Amino acid sequence: MKELLEGSMVVAKAIKLCRPGVVSAYPITPQTHIVEHLAQMVADGELDSQFVNVESEHSAASVVLGSEATGVRSYSATSSQGLLLMAEVIYNIAGMRLPLVMTDANRAISAPINIWNDQQDTISLRDAGWIQIYAEDNQEALDFHILAYRLAEDKNIMLPVMVCMDGFILTHGIETVDMPTQEQVDKFLPPYKALYKLDVDNPQTLGPLADPDCYTEARYAIHATQKKALELIPELTAEFAKVFGREYNGLIEGYQLKDAERVIVAMGSVCGTIKDVIDELRQKGKKVGLLKITSFRPFPAQQIYDALKNISKVAVLDRAVSLGGGAPLATEVKAAFFGKTRSPKVISSVVAGLGGRDITKDTVKDIYSMLTQKEKACEFMDLKPELLKENYE
Amino acid sequence: MFGPLACKPGSSVNNKTGSWRVESRPVFLHKNCIGCKMCVTVCPEGCVSGPGKNAMEVDLAFCKGCGMCALICPKKDIEMVKEETQK
Amino acid sequence: MSNHLFNSGHTACAGCGQSLAVRLVIDAAGKNTIVANNTGCLEVFSTKYPETSWEVPFIHSLFENAPAVASGIESALKYLGKKDSVNVIAEAGDGGTADIGLQSLSGMWERGHDVLYICYDNEAYMNTGIQRSGLTPFSADTTTTPKGAKSSGNLRYKKPMPEIAMAHGIPYVATSSIGFPQDIVRKVKKAFTIKGPKYLQIHVPCPLGWSYPSAKSVDMGKLAVDTGLYPLIEYEYGKLSVRKITPKPVDEYLKAQGRFKHLWNNPDGIKKVQEVADNNIAKYGLKAEPQPEQPAV
Repeated sequence: MKELLEGSMVVAKAIKLCRPGVVSAYPITPQTHIVEHLAQMVADGELDSQFVNVESEHSAASVVLGSEATGVRSYSATSSQGLLLMAEVIYNIAGMRLPLVMTDANRAISAPINIWNDQQDTISLRDAGWIQIYAEDNQEALDFHILAYRLAEDKNIMLPVMVCMDGFILTHGIETVDMPTQEQVDKFLPPYKALYKLDVDNPQTLGPLADPDCYTEARYAIHATQKKALELIPELTAEFAKVFGREYNGLIEGYQLKDAERVIVAMGSVCGTIKDVIDELRQKGKKVGLLKITSFRPFPAQQIYDALKNISKVAVLDRAVSLGGGAPLATEVKAAFFGKTRSPKVISSVVAGLGGRDITKDTVKDIYSMLTQKEKACEFMDLKPELLKENYE
Repeated sequence: MFGPLACKPGSSVNNKTGSWRVESRPVFLHKNCIGCKMCVTVCPEGCVSGPGKNAMEVDLAFCKGCGMCALICPKKDIEMVKEETQK
Repeated sequence: MSNHLFNSGHTACAGCGQSLAVRLVIDAAGKNTIVANNTGCLEVFSTKYPETSWEVPFIHSLFENAPAVASGIESALKYLGKKDSVNVIAEAGDGGTADIGLQSLSGMWERGHDVLYICYDNEAYMNTGIQRSGLTPFSADTTTTPKGAKSSGNLRYKKPMPEIAMAHGIPYVATSSIGFPQDIVRKVKKAFTIKGPKYLQIHVPCPLGWSYPSAKSVDMGKLAVDTGLYPLIEYEYGKLSVRKITPKPVDEYLKAQGRFKHLWNNPDGIKKVQEVADNNIAKYGLKAEPQPEQPAV
């Protein structure tokens, strides 16, 4: 049913439909509304969940670790500083193979403190073993949470999934979404049946010490499972389409790629802006396109290669940066072409939109124009050089 | 899938810590024992057991030779003797 | 052989006070118990993959989050309608309790979860090499408060964890010691008759960290209590009861452990430790009243 809602409420309703037994989170802008809506649903008896108000994000993640380990589907949400504070628990949850689903409202990282959107927070945890999916709009945010539980709890996966949505832009943006019914969600998402859990009728020890004799295999197993997820995600989205009537690839999405000469690769809500610019430029006969990355982990290297191998000029737009290195998405996209016979002539790397600076249609047009020039390495598109002149003498 | 490294309950009994003993081992004399079972209570390995008076035993497969049972016995019925060089 | 819920084959040091306490605790708690444990000696010596000494469900996560993990377990059990038939224990060492884990513990107490929290107090970060913690006693020699030409060991006093627990208004707070094994069993059983957050701090002497012969762990526990250095107290719904002692001078306790070696010929140093004991005795009313003389018949 179509509903006009704030993004946070969309997510809260999606979570409610997934029937979590334990919800625990700590407030941080711009995640707050999601959790407040869930609290109200519990208070009104609409959601049968234990709602645990914790004293920090580290504890929020630990609470849902404990409840997932006890075999109960659980949920948490955070952002930026909170995600970093719970970072060691994040690694722990993946290492313990617990199928938690968590929302991250993408937000910049301190210092300097900034509450607005970019993707540095989740990107900086890309090594933790979680599956990471990025939503372009609130319909995707809704659908991806339902997909996430199904994916995480699959017996062959058993890895946690982070659904990433741009803070404020999506969480506080008001859009019309198609809200599924409880029957549809119940059909797609069966109750969680744990493969291993804390149960007095079948006692096990979880989280033991792993010495050099067995630690490597544990990490390899997660890596191998991420590769399996590359195959499973498109299968699940096909099933999703049958139940909910909306189609996703789940790994990537091409927009006007077929005859494109210049393509931007990007993740998240900026893809909506890019699509608008493409429509405008196509009217003027410019052959431009977009490759949207939905799944960042597992990284769909083969799919990206197949989509771009015949494109002559590519710009990868990062909403994050690895300071002192390069731009994370660009680095991985470039690596997908190394040693291959076919490849774009130019793969430029641009950074924009940090700390909530708007990526306007003009910025996107500039990226396309810039593609006629030499290849760029980690070019900050929207820099204000006048601000750099600060002196402490 | 090599999962979360879950361990089956009580599997530590495969680790025979009795091999740690280098100095001494307890010998239960079975002469003056009153069956108070304090030796059972204080053994950190949990490897002392028995039905009662003059019938308590230690499982040397696990005993580390700490000597706590001998020290606690109110009737001095447990002696720590030198560990033989050949087992 | 084994009818214990904590089996042999663990790799604790010979004479380890904590391994003794753990077995007493879990046998008293029974098989319908789930345990969440912080990183420390206990987790390392009892759960090295693929072996575990635990016969009950057990989870180790990180160094400071056992209270939060236990809160999650308790919430999940409530959701499943099983909380009334399952005990939940969260446990850690003194460092994991009073230092790095204090926030998580405070949060669990404040939220009122039905969990028994146990602090195994061996008075230093033993697992990482005997470093000083917030519960290291006054004057103890540790690797980060070493005695030296300009130092007489740890200068701070034990963080008052029982008082901090009481300040949270929880219904059951107690201390115990392996010097009195039956006391541990009684207090664990009592704790599980009470709903809500419970705190039990157990003194567990460490032969390696404190430097004494491994056979003497129980004796050390007794001495700590009998000198007044480790009061055995119990608060049930705020009402205090204590184990009365006929106080022994602290000398006997200090001279039995290498971690106080620098005090052995230092009467001033010993006097300062005696003050700590005397303060405890006064504060909790530990001194047993002398029995009146029976009239001769």
